[in-house]
Amino acid sequence: MSTTAPAGTAAPPQQPPSTTPAAPRRRRSLTRGGGLFVLPFLVLFALFLVWPVVQGLWMSLTDASLSLRDTEFVGFANYTEAFGDPDVWSSLGNTVFFTVISCVPLVLVALAMALLVHSGLAGQWVWRLAYFAPYLLPVTVVTLIWTWLYQPDIGLGNQLLTSLGMEPVGWLSDESVAMWSVAALTVWWTVGFNFLLYLAALQSLPVTYDEAAALDGAGAWRRLWSVTLPQLRHTTVLVAMLQVLASLKVFDQIYILTKGGPNGSTRPILEYVYDVGFTGYRLGYASAVSYIFFAIVIVVSVMQLRLFRQEG
Amino acid sequence: MSAISTPVRRPRRPRREESGSPLLLGHGRLPRVLAGTALSVLAVAWLLPFLWAVATSLQSEQDVMKSGLSPFKGAFTLSAYRQILDRGNVPTWAFNSVLIAVLVTVLTTAVSTLAAYGFSRGTFRGRRALLAVTVAAIMVPPQLLIVPLFEQMTMFHLVDTYAAVILPQVVAPMMVFILKRFFDGIPRELEDAARIDGASELRVFRSIVLPLSRPIVAAVAIFVFIGAWNNFMWPFVVTNDPDLMTLPVGLATVKDAYGIQYAQSMASALLAALPLIVMFLLFQRRIVNSVATTGLGGG
Repeated sequence: MSTTAPAGTAAPPQQPPSTTPAAPRRRRSLTRGGGLFVLPFLVLFALFLVWPVVQGLWMSLTDASLSLRDTEFVGFANYTEAFGDPDVWSSLGNTVFFTVISCVPLVLVALAMALLVHSGLAGQWVWRLAYFAPYLLPVTVVTLIWTWLYQPDIGLGNQLLTSLGMEPVGWLSDESVAMWSVAALTVWWTVGFNFLLYLAALQSLPVTYDEAAALDGAGAWRRLWSVTLPQLRHTTVLVAMLQVLASLKVFDQIYILTKGGPNGSTRPILEYVYDVGFTGYRLGYASAVSYIFFAIVIVVSVMQLRLFRQEG
Repeated sequence: MSAISTPVRRPRRPRREESGSPLLLGHGRLPRVLAGTALSVLAVAWLLPFLWAVATSLQSEQDVMKSGLSPFKGAFTLSAYRQILDRGNVPTWAFNSVLIAVLVTVLTTAVSTLAAYGFSRGTFRGRRALLAVTVAAIMVPPQLLIVPLFEQMTMFHLVDTYAAVILPQVVAPMMVFILKRFFDGIPRELEDAARIDGASELRVFRSIVLPLSRPIVAAVAIFVFIGAWNNFMWPFVVTNDPDLMTLPVGLATVKDAYGIQYAQSMASALLAALPLIVMFLLFQRRIVNSVATTGLGGG
């Protein structure tokens, strides 16, 4: 059980260690009752999380398929095949590319929005609603709206471009553009959550430092750079870490928007897993690829923790 | 815009939250104008897709297909909405979405709250190990589970049932963790008095801990609801019967069927978005605060 320890360390950052070993041990009243409280959760947890995780790992070592019933143990064959599979590498590449081009704006735009809203101009709730509302939308709604905006002939995107005298763009049909279109949609859709995290952090900052700096004659820019932003460091680390992990897991919007096209240029690794498993019926192979992906996610989170721990 | 603000109840609005930090901009005029412009430009950019969709949904399909930058290219009509509601599927999907999201929210909140209390106050054997496994499970990407969960559901003959859609969503280690940390912060002295008076643990939980935890439980419930309402991949995989689909899944399946009919697409998109927008308007403060208190929530 304790072999999962390294993953445990990657759980939410920012929390101080909550262990208080020296706490007095006088409360006995809940000796066995506590177990009953946890029981319903544990049953569901074991059934619908632990079991699938273990079963998936087992399946990845077999040739399990949706179509035939008896499966055979094949050892690491799925894994060796995956490492030599160009589609695995290209979809991984797409995932990484998407992560890079989505995370940077998702952090920076969120920060800019929060700073602007926090600056005390009137109409706070209007700004908040405008920036956060898209986050509340179901993925299908978001993609329906953007499919329409990206429509090649009469979509808003190309209408704007042509009215400015520019060439229309193949938002979803041009291989070199499609992933950027997906990223734009994603920034619009999800930046609101990061924005709220930043806004909450800003609202909890003590004003005293800001006031002291102002008394010392620091201008607005100076205070932003030297007082406010350094205090937001912790939040930035949190937002960036969560965002990288979220972007690596991109699937829904791409699947509905482009089905991975054109020509596989937007297909992320998770869509490849889905395609192999449910369209190609190769569940064993799909499991192997998803476990490779899981390993990458863990490595990335551990690396991020290390990196930020050193800096902080 | 101001017309929308009426449903927000005024008396309960706190002062602090709306104030912000005027210091950030200083007293000069120029920074205020610049900030105001930037805010407005961003807000317009963020609202534009909505407004464009609303305008599109209120026209006939023929008018929508005309080119031109004007959002309104033809006469105002509700025909797109009427056609969708007539088709019959959207109301069914909306009902499923509500039913599933409510059940997931109630079950998840109940199960997680109980578990968090047990983890926080319990002294049963293996508590630490189980807690460690629960926390570690936060790391598992839900997509990793799709294939084996589907196999499991096939085995249990649960594919195309509400249970299959709902039960796996009830497991929310992140919510257990958030709640446990909150319970840890409640001083035990409050409960000990009740325990000395002979109250049962369930009683202590219900009459002392739970009332103190109302804000965090509400926050968890709100985020579980948003997550369940918007969940796409799992319901998509495990339902084939159109009568069992949720709105997001149903809309995705018909997108290809009548994707060319943009007025109807936009109308159905806006219908599916409506409940959450209304919820945000009603619970805006709570949602903002819950992001602040939990720090997370998307999980």
